[in-house]
Formats: sequence, C-alpha cells, structure tokens
Amino acid sequence: MPDYLDESVMKIVCNGEERTVAPGNKIVDLLRELGLEPDTVVVECNGVVLKREEYDTHLLTEGSVLELIRFVGGG
Amino acid sequence: MGYVYPFLWEVYVANIMLWVNERSRPFSEGMRLADLIASDKPEADLLIVNGFPVTAATVLVDGDHCWLIRRGEIPSIEEIDFLLHARHTPGVHERVKMASVGIMGIGGLGSAVAVALARIGVGRLLLADFDLVEPTNLNRQHYFIDQIGMAKTDALRDTLARINPHLIIDVINERLNAAAIVRHFGEVDVLVECFDDAVMKAEALRTALTDLKGIGYIGASGVAGYGDNNSIRTSRIAARVYLVGDGESAAAPGQGLMAPLVGIAAHQQANQVLRILLAEA
Repeated sequence: MPDYLDESVMKIVCNGEERTVAPGNKIVDLLRELGLEPDTVVVECNGVVLKREEYDTHLLTEGSVLELIRFVGGG
Repeated sequence: MGYVYPFLWEVYVANIMLWVNERSRPFSEGMRLADLIASDKPEADLLIVNGFPVTAATVLVDGDHCWLIRRGEIPSIEEIDFLLHARHTPGVHERVKMASVGIMGIGGLGSAVAVALARIGVGRLLLADFDLVEPTNLNRQHYFIDQIGMAKTDALRDTLARINPHLIIDVINERLNAAAIVRHFGEVDVLVECFDDAVMKAEALRTALTDLKGIGYIGASGVAGYGDNNSIRTSRIAARVYLVGDGESAAAPGQGLMAPLVGIAAHQQANQVLRILLAEA
C-alpha cells in the first residue's frame, strides 16, 4: 500500500527532511524518537516557536513543517 | 577647538598639528616634548611618542601622537572617550557608547564577551550569574587567583572597571529562568546567551523568540574541546538572532571546555553584538 493511502503514517518535514510519524504523535514523541532531550530543544512548528509545555500537547499533523534547534552544554 | 579625527588631518592638512593625549595641539618647528609637558601636564612621568617611550628632550615632528601620563593615574572620562573616538571609525564610538548589552552567564563565554565589549566601550553592560569563582574556572574564564570565592558578578565588575572605569556595569546575582530573563533584559539592545547548561540555553532562545521578539540575540552551542578552529561558526536563526558554535561539541568527560575554542566562540559572539549594534542607525 502506498504511503498516502496508509492512515497509520503521516508525513512531516523536519529540518528540511521528510519523515513519517504515527498519527496522534505529539512534538515530545518525535523528539524522543530522534533521541533528543526535549528540554534542550527549541521547536518551531509551521512558523510558530512553541513554549516548552506545548511539546507535551501539540499534535503533529500531516504536512507539519518543523525546525528543531538542539543545544549542547558548555559555556 | 573641537576634536578632529587624526586621519582627516593627516590627509588634508599637513604641517600644523600634533596630538597630546589624543587632543589636537598646534605644532611649530623645533618644539620639544618638554614644551608640551609644561603646557599640558606638568606632573607627567611617563612620556610616549608614537607608541615608544621617550625623554622630555625629544624634538617633535609634525603629526606626532604624544601621550603624557602620570603613572597610576586613571584617565578622565573625556580622555578615554577621545581615545576610543580616535581608535574606532568615526560614528562607531557614539553608537557603541550608547548601547546596552545583557550577558546571561559569565563563565568562559560570558566573561570573555564582557571583556571584549568593555574594551570597545559599550556604555552599559548587564551581567547575570549566580556562581562563585572557583579554581577550576581559571583554565578559561576571565578571573584571577585572588578572586576565588567571590561572586562572579562582583569579580567581573571589578575587572571591567580596571579596563574602563567609566562604563555602567549592572549585575544580577541570581539563577535565571524565562520570567526573570524577560523581567531583567527587556530593555537591552542585544542579549548574549552564555549559559553552560543546555536546558537554560534552549529556554533562553525560546524566551527570546516568543517573549522578547525583535531583540538582538546571540546564543552559543558546541564550544567544548579543541576541534578545528573553523568549526566554530555564526549562524543566523531569525532577524537579529544568531547562534555561535559547532552545534555538537558538548562539554563531557573527555571533552572539556578550554580557553582557546571557548574564546573563539566568545569573540564571535562579541563581534556579532557589534555588528547588530552598528547595523542600526
């Protein structure tokens, strides 16, 4: 079955690259899947910078465009 | 007569001027430094002409730059002003002098950013940190053995006052969070993020992009170790918002923070502050 007919898969664009995620996934689920600690990441979703508390509630939708900036320690 | 930029005189008007502590004075043939000492600064005990120590008997030539110094004396605010005027491109000093810059975290990055900005004469610095100076800081941070145990904010304020006593240095001796960042830094022209902790780095950028929209902002990420010099880059995130670092090199066991690479990143941050300040009329 092609991806576009498969309702168990949703396409998003993350830092310019297409990815698939499961419907119902939230920002925090994607970050964990990518191996990122959510507190150390700044997320822009469809042009809007999200507050940290929104990561746990904000649902990814088909075609969402995300920009992630991940920080590492040291200064 | 008002202050005139030396290079203009050198180009357009020959054979009439020299400079005493960066102020113009009429030049006449056969003048000796002793004449200037008598008229300008009788108490001077250190004499420098064109960058070299000389004696009072030195015969001056047109266009000489003379410094008459009394050892240990703090130059007046006007003298430092003239000095910075002369060293920086015309117009630059006025804008830099009027600027207000916040620095969040004054460890390896922040202390070096603060020193660079103080040296170019940024008029007001707002420094935030909650730490004390520890012996382990001295491999990269701008503190001294005799400052161990002091609040970093107090120690750095003292040091900056030794570079330029006429700057306004305000300090915040507390642990910051998003609300405190908005409260303390809402009025600065540019905010520099120099935290150590990755969580605070992300929190600060989020706050800048949501609650301090339009502010000049320079963060940092990936400054540990001794990687390639040119791995440290300045990237634009949004209008007036930049990140400095390699984006990857975390401070971790086996990859410590060291003065050279942290210094490269800090000075990229400081130069980006200047670029933002001077991009605005």
